[in-house]
Amino acid sequence: MQFAKVIGTVVCTRKDEKLEGRKLLLVQPVNIKYEPSGNPLVAVDAVQAGTGELVLLCSGSSARQTKLTESRPCDAVIMAIVDTVERDGTVTFDKSQGS
Amino acid sequence: MFAGRIIGRVVCSEKVQALEGKKLLLLQPLTWDKKEDGDPLVALDAVGAGSGEFVFFVKAREAAVAFKEVPPVDATILGIIDGVEFNGKYTDGK
Repeated sequence: MQFAKVIGTVVCTRKDEKLEGRKLLLVQPVNIKYEPSGNPLVAVDAVQAGTGELVLLCSGSSARQTKLTESRPCDAVIMAIVDTVERDGTVTFDKSQGS
Repeated sequence: MFAGRIIGRVVCSEKVQALEGKKLLLLQPLTWDKKEDGDPLVALDAVGAGSGEFVFFVKAREAAVAFKEVPPVDATILGIIDGVEFNGKYTDGK
């Protein structure tokens, strides 16, 4: 899984019927220093994430393994909202501290 | 399957139900002679690996198969490496 930051929402009235009722978010993948890495992409939200949150992004066919995305045309899903990240014994991200 | 080292932990209270009670670890992919190989990623732990351990992991859809619930994960840690013989040279898992 990859870290990503939610940067917006995508609204589509006309879409594949299998995607109806699914929340689509625009996410920016970030690296281990939380700097943008690569281009933003659209992901289905399975955990009610909001703009600005650091989330975990699951890509590829694994993205279809949630109840919301099973057998649906989806290659990226947000499957967790990150609270803390600890690296080499140091907390490098803490949601409650806002960084 | 690929080699890596556990460099940290990720805690998420909001997550899909299939991930409840499972451990998310921060993993630095390595070459088999233990040089860093690409950016760290987050992987689900199937074997009780801990910080600093040399492990092997699987990527993509196969990662989900390691668990009964088949959770939405694209990287899973499958084993803790005790030692590797690589290019005729044996190194332990440290």
